[in-house]
Amino acid sequence: MPRYLARRLGQALLVVAGVVMLTFSVMRLVPGDPAVAYAGPKATPDELAAVRERFGLDDPLPLQFVNYVRDLLTGDWGISLHTRRPVRDDLYQAFPASLELVGAALVIAIVVGIPIGVLAARYKTKFPDFGVRFTSMLAVSMPVFWLALTLQLVFAGNLGWVPIAGEYDSSLDTTSPLTLWTNITIVDALITGNWPIFTSTLEHLVLPALVVAAYPTGVIAQMTRAALIEESGQDHARLERALGFGETSILTRFALRPALSPVLSLIALVFAYSIVNGFLVEAVFNWPGLGRYAAESIKSLDTPAIAGVTLLIALVYTLANLVVDLLQGVVDPRARAR
Amino acid sequence: MIEVRDLRVSYGGRVVADVPELDVREGECVAIVGESGSGKTTTLLSLLGLTTDAEISGQIRVCGVDVLTAPPRRLREIRGARAALVMQSPQAALSPATRLGVLMRRALRLHGRPATEPAMAEAMEAVLLDPALLRRYPHEISGGQAQRFAIALAIALGAEVILADEPTSALDVTVQAEVVGVLRRLRAERGLALLLVSHDLALVSTIADRVLVMKDGAVVESGPAPEVLAEPSHPYTRELLEALP
Amino acid sequence: MTATGAPLRRRLPRIPDRFAALGAVIIVIVVLASLLAPWLAPYPDDPNPLESLQPPSAAHWLGTDKVGRDVLTQILYGGRTSLFIAAAVLAVSAVVGVTLGVVAGYAGGWIRDMIMRVTDVFLAFPALLLSLALAVVLQPGVNTVVLAIAVTWWPWYTRLAASVAASISTRSYVDAARCLGVPAPLIILRHVLPNSLTPVLVQISLDAGGVILTAAALSYLGLGAQEPTAEWGLMVQQGQTLFTTNWWVVTFPGLAILVTAFAFNVLGEGLRNALDPRRAVK
Repeated sequence: MPRYLARRLGQALLVVAGVVMLTFSVMRLVPGDPAVAYAGPKATPDELAAVRERFGLDDPLPLQFVNYVRDLLTGDWGISLHTRRPVRDDLYQAFPASLELVGAALVIAIVVGIPIGVLAARYKTKFPDFGVRFTSMLAVSMPVFWLALTLQLVFAGNLGWVPIAGEYDSSLDTTSPLTLWTNITIVDALITGNWPIFTSTLEHLVLPALVVAAYPTGVIAQMTRAALIEESGQDHARLERALGFGETSILTRFALRPALSPVLSLIALVFAYSIVNGFLVEAVFNWPGLGRYAAESIKSLDTPAIAGVTLLIALVYTLANLVVDLLQGVVDPRARAR
Repeated sequence: MIEVRDLRVSYGGRVVADVPELDVREGECVAIVGESGSGKTTTLLSLLGLTTDAEISGQIRVCGVDVLTAPPRRLREIRGARAALVMQSPQAALSPATRLGVLMRRALRLHGRPATEPAMAEAMEAVLLDPALLRRYPHEISGGQAQRFAIALAIALGAEVILADEPTSALDVTVQAEVVGVLRRLRAERGLALLLVSHDLALVSTIADRVLVMKDGAVVESGPAPEVLAEPSHPYTRELLEALP
Repeated sequence: MTATGAPLRRRLPRIPDRFAALGAVIIVIVVLASLLAPWLAPYPDDPNPLESLQPPSAAHWLGTDKVGRDVLTQILYGGRTSLFIAAAVLAVSAVVGVTLGVVAGYAGGWIRDMIMRVTDVFLAFPALLLSLALAVVLQPGVNTVVLAIAVTWWPWYTRLAASVAASISTRSYVDAARCLGVPAPLIILRHVLPNSLTPVLVQISLDAGGVILTAAALSYLGLGAQEPTAEWGLMVQQGQTLFTTNWWVVTFPGLAILVTAFAFNVLGEGLRNALDPRRAVK
């Protein structure tokens, strides 16, 4: 296990190094002069020179790269061109909101996806299976921005069951201000007992979370079904049948745990995918997360901010994969021996 | 215990096992021999209604239950509790993420038996296993231990007959002897009946009372073990015997 | 024992097959409709301010948009854009990915390690994100979308082809060819490449839906196809502010994306099950 861990960590570091190189290249590829973008079109040549000097834009590229890496490591992720604040601070605010949205979506996806996967496996080739396969296929084929617009129109616009957009009612900031601990609004509201903000966030969260959950729910249901069917065709399922266990209890009590291991690794992939997919949903619901920040950065060609978002998500993605590989050992005792 | 008449198992119209008569009485050991693909495993599985997608005709009575017509619920009651199965590949037959003790406890509860530590330990000791193994996962025990654990499950559940599918073929020679020793002793001590499927005639000759020889899905010869093995009447049986070292 | 498994496998794909047939039919319809758009479209693909925002009617089955273009006409032409993007992305990804993968899998050693590490780095980005970043850097447009998506898509083909190639290059007939002094490029061309084709084709049909969704998402964000090109994602984006009062401008293009992506997904799954019986159960 320690050797496996070391190798896996080494791989992850290599990937991160590659990602840093890639974001650096993307930043350099952006058309236009970054100094002009920062100082504004009316800047005097002296001002431009000062900006160049400050950001080391006249240095040779390899040196710029070295400086870029050094800055990243020391926590300096650059200054956003459109908010004029350190990118790191911006991300520190936006990321928790995205995490809140995707986290809620994944909870929905797991709570719904695994049971309906079990249902499909239990009645495979029969009607429930057909229904689950059809709906989960629809879910993964759904253009998420369109689903967001449609549900928003129907449930928030026409029916008025939930608020249209935003993270919580901003007037609550004056009546019951939120103490920040984790920056994840719903968690902070919960641990500080701020019920007005908690319920308001929950109301605002339901719809976008359901939209983001569509894809992961479909994928998780399909994967659970496939893994369960494979597992219940194994030799051990025959012994369990021979011991008198029924099909449902074979699936839920014996097959589910080993079957969850491929589902788990899927969840890591889906998590990172959903953060980016969430961008589109955040745009529709005006959710103050990474997606909205990225959209604004893209509009203003804010390269440090774009690079920051890219890097952060690649890091999250790599980390998620790593965590899942390690979790695998907990779920599947065979993996521990490897 | 087991009464089979005119059993015919086929897949998509192709007959894979055709057994006119097969009886196992209390305390008796019957062996089905034949090479792989001769239909012996299919026959064994059909006795507990464990074949998937097979068309089965004839009559099967196991511990007083008509297997082909009984409702699934009734079938599940005899499975394990009265007629237990021991499979060929010992470890693959145990769910990888379930500790042995958990499996045994769940099986005992399923059949409404007290799942107490002493009861479980006793079953383990009956097959010469350390009760501490109950805390282990299947990949943490040896093949011989896994096979004996499968027998221990049958003991714990109070099974009257064990259906064993090539119980020793995946094991080393010395381990084979252990498992066979346990089976033989349980027969003597508890009057357990045994239906054994095997291609290992050496094993069969030491334990079986009666023998059925199968080839290409059909029974070619049957009778008391000493007779069949000493004076085989069918050329195929002779072939099998000659193949012995 | 083998006998118990076989009929099970034969039985299971029944439902996916019926799905897959449905998918195939839809795809044929979508492809034909797109190819024949100039003849099928009820109206020319031009703005007509007099007919702005007409609800669905006998004259305009799916209504008209803000500048008075017929939504059905737009959807037909938009299909051309989406299908072109999907075909181009998959062709580029498959060619680049398979080439690298086959070389990696056949060569092994440090060449393989190097190619696979680069692949890992590209796979460490969620596809849409890298596409987004690239689409920002380059001039928005259909060609940019193709490039931006292809950059994120090839590594999957590299992985796939590398694993197929690695398993084939250890087969005895390839060993024999090598011993006889057949040069490596020829072995790759004759033995490794043809064997990689089936899984790659299955992957292509599985991926087409994803590419269409990604392209639509980029266009929706304004980074993809630009006016006056008709594109489904772009139609949704242009219609979204009018959605509350004119539901048809968003609903129909969205449905077009959904149905097309769905058709490719089920067809791909059916093909995978049919061509790879080992995974049929999945």
